[in-house]
Amino acid sequence: MAVSLHPEPFDPLALLAACTEQLPPGGHGAQAVFIGSLRDFNEGDTVRAMTLEHYPGMTEGELGRIEQEARARWPLQEVRIAHRVGSIAPGEPIVLVAAWSARRAAAFDACRFLVEALKSQAPFWKQETLADGRQRWVQGNA
Amino acid sequence: MAIHVRYFARLREELGREGDTLDAKDLSCVADVWARAHPGQERPPGVLMAVNQAYAHPQDPVRDGDEVAFFPPVTGG
Repeated sequence: MAVSLHPEPFDPLALLAACTEQLPPGGHGAQAVFIGSLRDFNEGDTVRAMTLEHYPGMTEGELGRIEQEARARWPLQEVRIAHRVGSIAPGEPIVLVAAWSARRAAAFDACRFLVEALKSQAPFWKQETLADGRQRWVQGNA
Repeated sequence: MAIHVRYFARLREELGREGDTLDAKDLSCVADVWARAHPGQERPPGVLMAVNQAYAHPQDPVRDGDEVAFFPPVTGG
């Protein structure tokens, strides 16, 4: 399963280990990993929680499309994308992106591409809850 | 059959509903769908659109049974 959405907290390292176990040993020389977590501050305010809304079906579809784009551009042995949805607390992982390749350049470049592409293209929307209970939508990538 | 319209995030809150169901008659493109659902109300700048869960442009065609979505700029990761 290369792409997954998680309504509950997930353990990025456990997902990575499960993925690596499936790969033939020695087949890849490089694995690049990005893990994004929820900050407890944004734009000068304390963030108490965040709700991540998505478009069921289209979000998975876009993530799959982005994965295919990365595989077309770089020689990758494996790609893993995991993303939280729903209510998230500060410190919890939001996103895991990993790319396995024979060499580091492809792994680094593909990982960076996947993170940037999913931020700007996959339908997710963030609503922050601030310390005073106020809620606000995070400005998206126009 | 009909065209099913969905709204997400801030746009859903601003419109006060999750979606609309429209008679497909005389609706030929995505821009028509917005115009029928929101007469006299311009599409907010930056709003993105999708047909059957794939990104679309205002002039892309729609057909009976399609799911059309409008939503604010996205921000994942």
